[in-house]
Amino acid sequence: MKNLKKLTISCIAGLFLSFSSLFAGDEDSVKVGILHSLSGTMAISETSLRDVLLFTIDEINKSGGVLGKQIEAVQADGASDWPMFAEKSEQLLAQDECAAVFGCWTSVSRKYALPVFEKYNGLLFYPVQYEGEEESPNIFYTAEAVGQQAIPAVDYLLNEGYTKFYLIGTDYVYPQTTNIVLFEYLLSKGIPVENIGGGIRYEGDVAVSAGNYTPFGHTDFQQIVAEITDFAASGDACVINTINGDANVPFFKEIAASGLTSDDCPIVSFSLSEDEFRSLPTKDLVGHLGCWTYFMSIDSKANKKFIKSFNKWLKKSAPDYVQKEGRVTCSPMVLSYNGVYLWKAAVEAAGTFEVDAVIAALESGISFDGPGGTVTTQANHHVTKNVFIGETLEDGQFEILEVMENVYGEPWLKGTF
Amino acid sequence: MTNKNIFKELGASGVILAFLMLLPILNMVGPDSGLFSVSAFQLSLWGKYLTFAVLAMSLNLLWGYTGLLCLCQSLFFALGGYMMGMYLMLMIGERGAYKSVLPDFMVFLGYQDLPIHWAPFYNFWFTSAAILWVPGVVALIFGYLAFRSRIRGVYFSILTQALTYASCLLFYRNDFTFGGNNGFTDFKDILGMDLNSIETVRILFISSVVLLFLTYFITSFLLKTKLGKIQQAIRDSENRVLFSGYSTANFKLGIFVLSAMIAGAAGALYVPQVGGINPSLMEAAKSLEVVVWVAVGGRGTKWGPAIGAIFVNLLKSYTTQAFPDYWLIFMGGLFVFVVLFMPQGLIGVYNQLKEKFLKKEGTVSV
Repeated sequence: MKNLKKLTISCIAGLFLSFSSLFAGDEDSVKVGILHSLSGTMAISETSLRDVLLFTIDEINKSGGVLGKQIEAVQADGASDWPMFAEKSEQLLAQDECAAVFGCWTSVSRKYALPVFEKYNGLLFYPVQYEGEEESPNIFYTAEAVGQQAIPAVDYLLNEGYTKFYLIGTDYVYPQTTNIVLFEYLLSKGIPVENIGGGIRYEGDVAVSAGNYTPFGHTDFQQIVAEITDFAASGDACVINTINGDANVPFFKEIAASGLTSDDCPIVSFSLSEDEFRSLPTKDLVGHLGCWTYFMSIDSKANKKFIKSFNKWLKKSAPDYVQKEGRVTCSPMVLSYNGVYLWKAAVEAAGTFEVDAVIAALESGISFDGPGGTVTTQANHHVTKNVFIGETLEDGQFEILEVMENVYGEPWLKGTF
Repeated sequence: MTNKNIFKELGASGVILAFLMLLPILNMVGPDSGLFSVSAFQLSLWGKYLTFAVLAMSLNLLWGYTGLLCLCQSLFFALGGYMMGMYLMLMIGERGAYKSVLPDFMVFLGYQDLPIHWAPFYNFWFTSAAILWVPGVVALIFGYLAFRSRIRGVYFSILTQALTYASCLLFYRNDFTFGGNNGFTDFKDILGMDLNSIETVRILFISSVVLLFLTYFITSFLLKTKLGKIQQAIRDSENRVLFSGYSTANFKLGIFVLSAMIAGAAGALYVPQVGGINPSLMEAAKSLEVVVWVAVGGRGTKWGPAIGAIFVNLLKSYTTQAFPDYWLIFMGGLFVFVVLFMPQGLIGVYNQLKEKFLKKEGTVSV
């Protein structure tokens, strides 16, 4: 200890490292950022989005780039560490001067990134279904808002004649908001309060929380499933599931063990897509429902072409670190894909990469024919798109039961019904 | 301590101070690009590293000098951060998404009024005091119970880890009035200064430097006093100290509380520089990370932990962007390497080399 020389060396090494990332960019390329968790708890979901973004950029570059420039992807690992998302956002905007950034999965990571994007006037495309109640001038939400996933799913169930709804979710902002919006929506559709299960918490006369909440990674669902079984005993009941991640495995195991089938009481989940089924056992989920703005099973030319090109890219030009076996496509992946193309179209419409001009172009309404059908940006930074209801099959795919076309993306739904 | 050592130590501190002060100066008057440019982003990033450095030094006070491996240091850090966060949330005022005087998450959860324990945090000076006393009181209560019961060694570590895990679960709850999983973000200003302005970034950075040196002086001062001697004696053989008639529990409690308060102060500077806080900061793994920083830098040395914290985080920032797919392997490899080949941490490397090459002199000590 107490040594001058080695401290000087440490300091110089530090200085060197802190400045070493400065290098001159290529004149003929434009940088875009990819900000996802490639390590930590969210890596299992977010790595797929990174992969599809690399694929999209490769596809665009092969067809001539944007405004004659090749896209250069700058990856940053958010590491499932939320403050890291703030740091990396700042790095991508201030240091790498990315024209646009595609990324974030969890709401909390977006909340950390948001002030940074507003500070540097950057442009972020956010691709994962979320709770709404937000409209940053510097973010475009290609994601499903509550009105493009939860509400259509409930509409479908109401049409099918279900009259009792049990709400269950993980205790954080997305399930809490979705469920309180659904609670208000169900009441407006004439469903009596006693037919909404899971518990309602009142603050004075105002219902502030509806549904039953468990922590992240919860494993003991015995009591909750017993409650659901009682709730469903009188028939015509269904469950709205906003449980996130691993906790779905014990939940569906418990449901299966209780003997409750999808015929007695279907469960519609909002956080389980084809990509999650790569790592979750599907056997207990067969027959239950999912609702997204894209399913891999969509039978259209655009979708077939998308899946084919993605697989071809995986086989031929994907970098070594991309997992190549058993890959599927899912809604967040397609929304990431759409995001890049919407940005490309907006840049071309604006004739410049300058953020304000691109945002203005996006706000004026840019359309793209994606694998899930046509998507169109709206002035409120959300995207109009088709919504699909599907039934889970044994192989982790969905059989499409219903399509709702061109559903408007509205983030401010709380208190509107 | 010999005069030569004092001279060396002063020199080392001087070099560190000069380097750290160079950053805001370069930011102010330096060029806009090239090797000697320091952007606001780099400055706030270094400000964050410095708060981590203080956190590592506060753990070193416990682990390095008292032999208490505390695994809840980042809890104290987070508590200080939450106190500051409450003040910053209230300072947003009606500029939130819902245009209400209440913080956004409270509007969302249907609160009609500000919870009573939030009200005093409108006052910056109350907040500043709370940043110190809240972690201090938590440490006092927990430490009192633990040390009175003579909980030591690995049992103390396990208990502290349980404490931070329990607090983490508590703070994750949406109805605990601290914003649940999302925590606090989107701050606007502090003491009327815009958090995005370059002046504020500089002031926060310089405050972090001041806190770092304050911590260094506290550590140095403690080591010189009788308390410091007892502290190190407890580390080396607690039973002997006990049999010599000292109540080790009280000494340990004192150090524990002091260390918690330093960590709290570091957390309070961390939050405005990072722009948010959420309960993930209290996860058990975060406190383990602090232990790693201390070990990498050099446990039981004055500057080692700070250098370890800065080095590891610098490397993390760099590798997560340069090698996003392999950085964990890289970091893991580094830790294994340090444990195997550098038992005294980075700061001990020079002595290790000296010992190896100048063995015949035989006068070199660690």
